[in-house]
Amino acid sequence: MTNRYVFLYASVMVIIVAVVLSGAATLLRPRQERNMRMEKMQNILAAIDIPAARGEAEELFARYVTTAKVVNYQGEEVEGDAFEIDLQEENRKQLEDRNLPVFIAEVEDDTFYIVAVRGAGLWGPIWGYIGLESDLRTIISANFDHASETPGLGAEISDRGFEEQFAGKRIFDDEGNFRPIRVVKGGAPEGDPHAVDAISGGTITSNGVEDMIRNGLEAYRPYFEKIKSS
Amino acid sequence: MSDTNKEGSKEALFSPKNRKLLTNPLSKDNPISVQVLGICSVLAITVQLRASLVMAISVVAVMGFANVIISLLRKTIPPRIRIIVQLTVIASLVILVDQVLKAYVYDVSRQLSVFVGLIITNCIIMGRLEGFALHNKPWPSFLDGIGNAAGYGWVLLTVGFFRELLGSGTLMGYQVIPNVLYDLGYENNGFMILPPMALITVGVIIWVQRHRDRDLVDIS
Repeated sequence: MTNRYVFLYASVMVIIVAVVLSGAATLLRPRQERNMRMEKMQNILAAIDIPAARGEAEELFARYVTTAKVVNYQGEEVEGDAFEIDLQEENRKQLEDRNLPVFIAEVEDDTFYIVAVRGAGLWGPIWGYIGLESDLRTIISANFDHASETPGLGAEISDRGFEEQFAGKRIFDDEGNFRPIRVVKGGAPEGDPHAVDAISGGTITSNGVEDMIRNGLEAYRPYFEKIKSS
Repeated sequence: MSDTNKEGSKEALFSPKNRKLLTNPLSKDNPISVQVLGICSVLAITVQLRASLVMAISVVAVMGFANVIISLLRKTIPPRIRIIVQLTVIASLVILVDQVLKAYVYDVSRQLSVFVGLIITNCIIMGRLEGFALHNKPWPSFLDGIGNAAGYGWVLLTVGFFRELLGSGTLMGYQVIPNVLYDLGYENNGFMILPPMALITVGVIIWVQRHRDRDLVDIS
């Protein structure tokens, strides 16, 4: 077999493979994107403690989440589709140019606010949604996810056990000062409304969660102030 | 290993020889418990039965197709680049499987995450392509592929079964250990969820298998 044949063989093979794979990717794209949308809805609902199976996510989301808006760093509402906002891109921008999504849910006459946060873990990005009660101070629940944290260690942030700790915690103290949640290595002090337990073996990811929540909520503060004063 | 199926001879589809291709890898030639290949993925994805099942099906699909494709191409593949060709075929099939999983069983695909991609590096598949499909006709190659993948699969499922049952008290996500037992003080064994227990479970399977089949015991 000559070199010519080998080169020809390899080229033809690569072209065929490329055509088959891009064809499959294009065909399956709509379904995959739908799955990702539904997962996002599930995560947003989880932040206000509404468990949703994948199949019913769309329906429950439509029922509870009544408003989705985009706000800027001054808390003013701006044009845009909150659901489509890519926080990764927004976090790269200057604070003044950032657009932040806010989801407002009505559950049994209560108004809940869900905000999105994103930060860095040990190996890659981490992100999540935090649900706040209508006082904009008490956390209902939180939902976190990650791209590539270590299974069994940092990856535990997306475990329900870790997320449930956030229920009832407060992001402002009694004087109204901003006091975001600390993620404490070795265990949070009993009864501290501003701290949760860190994950053993996942210190850097835990610190990442703390930073993510502080920075993320900081950006939303002007919006919170605006709602409270109105 | 039965790598010497002569080409050209007319045989029934399920002749004894062909049947052996399918059944040998389930026991005597089992890729995991006898050849000790593909252990990495056994440790990683057997925490739950569901993930093990999807992984097993994925490997059956990839291996069946890869063996047939390589066997069909075997006379055209330039020997100098045969490993590259094999790898390209496996990688393309794995990407296809990954895409299909993402579209149809999204949760499982998230659970398997990087391990679907790692099917590419599962040495069982490369081993069968190089050792069998490259020298045999499509049909025996197909049987050999399915047989080896099934041999891999049943070990995966067995390990997954025990790890989920003892580690989480569930099977396929459904609770099977009655609450009464928990009330009596039974607890799930958290150790079962960690990778070392997969290794020990595989060890037990190997032990049981060698105990029952003395031919496998290395007397040297």
